[in-house]
Amino acid sequence: MGYLALAPAGVVEPEAIGFASARVAAALRLETVLLKPFPDPEYAYDPGRGQYSSTLVLRDALSRRPAGALRLLVVTEHDIFIPMLSFVYGQAQLEGPVAVMSLARLRQEFYGLPSNKPLFMGRVGKEALHELGHTFGLTHCDEPVCAMRLSTAISQLDAKGGDYCPSCAILLREAVAAALATAGGAQTSGGTR
Amino acid sequence: MRKHWEILVVDDEAVMRESLAAWLAEDGYSVDTAASGAEAVARARATDYAIYFVDLKMPPGIDGLEAMMEIRKLHPDAAVIIMTAYATVDTAITAMKEGALEYIVKPCNPEEISLLVARTIKVKNLERENLILRQRLEKQYSFHDIISKNPKMNEIFELIREIASIKSTVLIEGESGTGKELVARAIHFSGDRAGHPFVAVSCAALAETLLESELFGHEKGAFTGANERKRGKFELAEGGTLFLDEIGDIPPKLQVDLLRVLQERTFFRVGGTEEVSVDVRVIAATRVNLREEVAAGRFRDDLYYRLNVINVHIPPVRERREDIPLLAHAFVERLSKELGKDVGEISDGALKMLMDHEWPGNVRELENAVERAIVTAKTHVLSEDDFSFLRGAPPAPGGWLPPDAVPLDEVEKQVILATLRRTGGNVKEAADSLGVDRSTLYDRLKRYGVTR
Repeated sequence: MGYLALAPAGVVEPEAIGFASARVAAALRLETVLLKPFPDPEYAYDPGRGQYSSTLVLRDALSRRPAGALRLLVVTEHDIFIPMLSFVYGQAQLEGPVAVMSLARLRQEFYGLPSNKPLFMGRVGKEALHELGHTFGLTHCDEPVCAMRLSTAISQLDAKGGDYCPSCAILLREAVAAALATAGGAQTSGGTR
Repeated sequence: MRKHWEILVVDDEAVMRESLAAWLAEDGYSVDTAASGAEAVARARATDYAIYFVDLKMPPGIDGLEAMMEIRKLHPDAAVIIMTAYATVDTAITAMKEGALEYIVKPCNPEEISLLVARTIKVKNLERENLILRQRLEKQYSFHDIISKNPKMNEIFELIREIASIKSTVLIEGESGTGKELVARAIHFSGDRAGHPFVAVSCAALAETLLESELFGHEKGAFTGANERKRGKFELAEGGTLFLDEIGDIPPKLQVDLLRVLQERTFFRVGGTEEVSVDVRVIAATRVNLREEVAAGRFRDDLYYRLNVINVHIPPVRERREDIPLLAHAFVERLSKELGKDVGEISDGALKMLMDHEWPGNVRELENAVERAIVTAKTHVLSEDDFSFLRGAPPAPGGWLPPDAVPLDEVEKQVILATLRRTGGNVKEAADSLGVDRSTLYDRLKRYGVTR
């Protein structure tokens, strides 16, 4: 009871999802559990756009969330979208139980540049915190350094910090405590199992 | 941070609708959705959203453009963003012509839509701030619907507060359109009679016998047509205030009757023998100089002194020009809503024009001018062109030229009729305007067979 679940959708670089798990465990001070991979989200593929519908991935994730998981973050290598926008880095249910994030546009290779692992991992951590922040009710923050700041371009993602600002951290702590109380679980120290 | 602005997303495709709503909600906005044009209009009727995202193509019924037009009828300032997957130049032009704020093609870059929302909300915030500041300004310079920052008017506001709860008779003097009834209402509603009736009577509007019956009521059978007892304005105003407008026009007999009521607080209904007692505060108003009327023997001096216990003189607009911008803005704000027009500003040039005008008809004339400008306005901002009617017709070269073959009597008749039309049928005012006394004007009216 009272843990965060992370699940790859299809094949996902283990080191990236492992790093995301460690970052959220440390920032939210909650136990994290890495679930077995979900099937590759072929059902969400839009041939016209050559991308995957994040909304459909979220719908699927809702049906797969373990009963004890406070929140579930699905990670995919595929480029994802919502119909209105050309792409999204991730999508979350505001104050809802599930979120999805894509690694596609976090890699330098997507922009025709050489691989940069530290930069990539930094982006993975920021995006995981951002989407999980939404699931705990946080909306976009105007603080330039805050992980909850809106990023609509990779340069903006790189410019913001890798942690929550003090205000968002307080709101998050309260929201996590409320979620734990509702779930009837106890807060535990960070880690994975 | 949660933002207080609400956004409506209108699209028949559920995934599209829900995903955009969720994306906007992450930014802190309250987002509602509608699956059809009809639902969108229904929602807009209940809530004035800051932004409307409306899909152009929707199933039969109300399409995106029609929905936008309906929404803009409800909220002329509505910021509508039309979305479409099938961009054509024609539809984009049509959408913009019909008042769309923006026309975007799906899918669009997240940065583009984020900037668009931020820009629109910034404008909305500025508009709201502007409205609050203007309301605060108007409130600061407003007293019971009378708007002024003129020192003399402020003295009147102070006087109104002081005299509101005493019973003394008040005489309000001021030119036509200066707001004499508003001052009378302010006195009534500021005092302890506010919970009782405020009854207004224009003494100029009725013939002597009708005015007598109007003021004092009549008994059944008092005169032909008096089929039942009728209570007069004095009785209807019991406990409250009776406002007698154009008091200078009341005939001599009624002047005596009125004096008696003011002295004894009792009267007889027309045709009645039973004395009626009333508790009524009388406020009278006049646009003519009553002191001069007394000197000329047309108004009883004892009644004048009885009425003029407290005197309020309202200055004409030309003596308080600093109020013109305040008044004009207040009229624009109220009248544009009443007339359903998207007009919210007055250009600096137009304001200067209003400031320079003489306003012989005072606040009422200014209000009418603003209303006329709003009705004919083509843009959100009233310009000098919208007030061009104030410039009047240019004088004919070489001075005034009479029409051919018109007898002098006919010219005089037409001038008298035109003057009477301008004064609303008020013979005294028309006589003053024409530089003759009332009896002369009556003679002319009789000669030309003009009945009032």
